[in-house]
Formats: sequence, C-alpha cells, structure tokens
Amino acid sequence: MPRYFTQDHEWIEVDGDTGTVGITDYAQGQLGDITFVELPEAGTAVKKGDAPCVVDSVKAASDVYAPVSGTVTDANSALADEPELVNSDPENGGWLFRLTLSDATELDGLMDKAAYDAYVAGL
Amino acid sequence: MSEADDQTEDQPIETLTLPLDAWHRAKGGRMVEFAGYWMPVQYEGIMAEHLWTRESAGLFDVSHMGQLFISGEGVEAALEAVLPIDLSTLKPFGPRYSMLLDEQGGILDDLMVTRWSSGFYLVVNGATKWDDIAHLREHLPDEITLTHLDESALLALQGPKAFAALERVVSGEYPLSALTFMKGGQFKLAGADAWISRSGYTGEDGFEISIPAENAAEIADLLCAQPEVKPIGLGARDSLRLEAGLPLYGHDLSPDHSPVDADLLFAVNKRRRSEGGFIGAERVLRDLADGTPQVRVGLALDGRQAAREGAEVYAGSDKVGVLTSGGFSPTLGHPIAMAYVNRAQAAAGTALEIDVRGKRLAATVVPMPFVPHRYHR
Repeated sequence: MPRYFTQDHEWIEVDGDTGTVGITDYAQGQLGDITFVELPEAGTAVKKGDAPCVVDSVKAASDVYAPVSGTVTDANSALADEPELVNSDPENGGWLFRLTLSDATELDGLMDKAAYDAYVAGL
Repeated sequence: MSEADDQTEDQPIETLTLPLDAWHRAKGGRMVEFAGYWMPVQYEGIMAEHLWTRESAGLFDVSHMGQLFISGEGVEAALEAVLPIDLSTLKPFGPRYSMLLDEQGGILDDLMVTRWSSGFYLVVNGATKWDDIAHLREHLPDEITLTHLDESALLALQGPKAFAALERVVSGEYPLSALTFMKGGQFKLAGADAWISRSGYTGEDGFEISIPAENAAEIADLLCAQPEVKPIGLGARDSLRLEAGLPLYGHDLSPDHSPVDADLLFAVNKRRRSEGGFIGAERVLRDLADGTPQVRVGLALDGRQAAREGAEVYAGSDKVGVLTSGGFSPTLGHPIAMAYVNRAQAAAGTALEIDVRGKRLAATVVPMPFVPHRYHR
C-alpha cells in the first residue's frame, strides 16, 4: 500500500479510499517522550491542514495536521493507556487515526518515502 | 506601525555560547536558545533524564545564570535597601533565597545571596541578569562595587547519589560532609578552585558548583566519569523543579506578582516585614496586612492530558485563575501545574477545572511540593 509524507512529519498510508495517519520516526524523536494523545472522534470531518489530533510530550503539546481532507472513521484506542507507542513504534503500532479520503488528488502534493528521507536529511 | 518601528530600533541579538557549548554537543545534547544562550534541552530524553536525577545524580550546566559579587564600605546596609533580606541573621557561606523587587513590590527576579569573607555572592537568573545588574547599579551607592563573575561557570549536581559522586573527586580543608542543606564552602575539583554549596532547584539533595570557565569541561568530564552521574538538559530541569513546587522566574514569578501572592513570604525576612526599608516595601507590607486577591497554588490533574502556562482555571462557569506552569510529572505519572487562583478557591482539596483548547480537565488544589523534598539537613 502506498505511503505518503508531509513536510510537517505526518505519514498517511492509503488503502483504497481509507487513509491511516501517524507521525514519523523523525517527528517522535523531535517531540520526545509522549505522555498523552488527544484523538479525534469518528465522524469528525477534517480538511487538509486541520489539526484534529494533539500529541503531548513532557515538553509541549504539538498539533498533528490532516495530510488530506476526509472524515475520521477510527482512532488508535491503544494510545489511551500506552501513548508511548507513538515513540516506540510511530510508523506502525503507534498510528493515530483513520479517515475516508474525500479528495484523493490531494495525495499528489505529498512526498514519497525517498523524497521525505531526503527532506529530513536536509533539516 | 508602532510594532515595525520597535523592530527597527532593536539590534539583532546574537545567541551566545556558554563555556560548555562544545562539551554539550559532543555529549549529544540537543541545543536550543534559552535566556540568550545555546543550551542543551535534552540528551537521551527528558523522561529518562528526569527519572535518573531522582534515583541517581544529574549534572546540569547552569552557567547562563548570573554570578555577581558585591562588596564595599557599607555593603550590608546597601544590600538591605534593595533586598527584603535580614543580613544580620545570615551566617557566612550559607546561601539564602531572596528577591529583587520593583518600586511597586513586583518581583524583578529571585536569587540566592551568600555571605563571603569580603562581600556577598549573588546568583540570579540568566534571562534577567542584565536587567538585574542595571537595577543593582542604579540603586547601590557608588562606593559599592558590583562585579559580574562572567569568567565563572556554574554546575549543579543533583540527586540522591550526588554526594557519593562528588565526595569521591573533591578535596578541601574539610570534608564535603561538613556541608548540610544551604551551607557552602571552598573546595578543589580537578586542581581548580570550586565554590560549592549544598543547594539546588530539583528538590533533591545536591550541590551547586562555581568554577573557572576554563576548567568547566575538565570538571564536567570528571563528574560524568562517576558511574552515578549523567548530564541532564533544561527539559528535565523544568519538570524536576515543577515537581518540587519551585517557581520559575518569567513564568510563575513576574513583576505582576509580589512575594505575598507568590506565596514566597519566607523571602521577606521577619525583621523586614515589620521594619520595611527595602524597595517595594510599601506594597509588600500592604499585601501582608490586607491579603491579595489571588495566591499561587499547586494543581494535580486527573487523567494524562497536561495543561500548560496560560490555561484558564474555572470553578463552574467562573474563571478563577490562570496557570503559570504545567506539565506531565514523570515521577507521579499524571500532570501537575502551578496557578494563581482566587483565595476562595485556594484551599487544598478544592476541585477546579482547567480549560485546554475548549476541553475542561478536572484538577484539585494540592499542597506543594508535589514530590517531597529530600534535602540533606
């Protein structure tokens, strides 16, 4: 399944019209120890660039932006008890929420893995 | 338009480096701008560093803080005119907490004062030190000399194993064990002169160590070579002091607050509360007599979501206060905060709510420190 990345360090993996969203390993490293994740509720309509999710670290609260527009269908309930999953497994078990894409052409503006790695290497 | 005008008048200020800058980078410190300096916010991670300090010993570089020496004919009376301190009860070599106040009794800075043989040694906050120096120079008489000890570095070694680690490498005329909490003395570290006091800002036993800047890297290496010691960044310094209930200037303390509503009356020594005679005394004595509408309290939050500086505190639909610090407590496993709240809501056990992005978080007023102090008295 294709995976795309944003300049704000979110990833989205797309399966048909469903996207799974998380933050990258680089992002979790920058944020540090994550202590709480405020997740969106199913049914929430989000526009690309909205911040439906907030990740709290010991240091600060950080917005997570929607890489594309859509409607939230699900969120990772395991994070309620284990927010540290976002640190230990950010690009897999530490996923944040799923949404149904409303405009798949928005994916065109995102980076693939190689482009994101090059972007991070340049930071 | 006025904002643009202000900007053109401000000179761009270059971020400065501290004596241990290269040392922090070599140790993997993630450097951020703080108080005008590049400083390490963390090395391996705030949580791990925080817990390490609570169970072993952490080395903090606090060289950004201002170290001042004040001396001259009549220095005691001159200092008592600018600080609400009673120097007649200040024995040699033991630091005492005090404050610089403005004419309205607002807090300009909090600081430590130590009587040395020939004058007084002050440690002030990094972000405020230039203003402090200007304030002191303005208000101290000409015959008083203020020296900024800007060729000295300042380290803090904090934690239950700080004594064991430092004792192994220090030498002096008397043993390190002669120091109890808030006592200090002159020692040698790696051949250099070191002024060491048993004090700090984490709530743990520990030491603050003033050394020549040129020896700082060698001494930091020597301390970190002890198995108990790891370097700790600003991130954990902040979460440790918050757990210890210790206010941070620029957040919990500001010119908007006096020692009375800041609940730091112990900084206004007993004789000064009746006699006054220090800058800001009128307001402080009035606040003492009349009380203040609000007071600084500790809050323990339910759940895991933290509330931070600026979040509003509510009792039902009434706004009753504002957070000045807040974050997740690694030791307690839940968020904690400091806030100024109305006196009616300040009693321990009072249930309140904190607004975080439109969501109300349940919180309870609790006594501080949140985590008990473990000073070596």
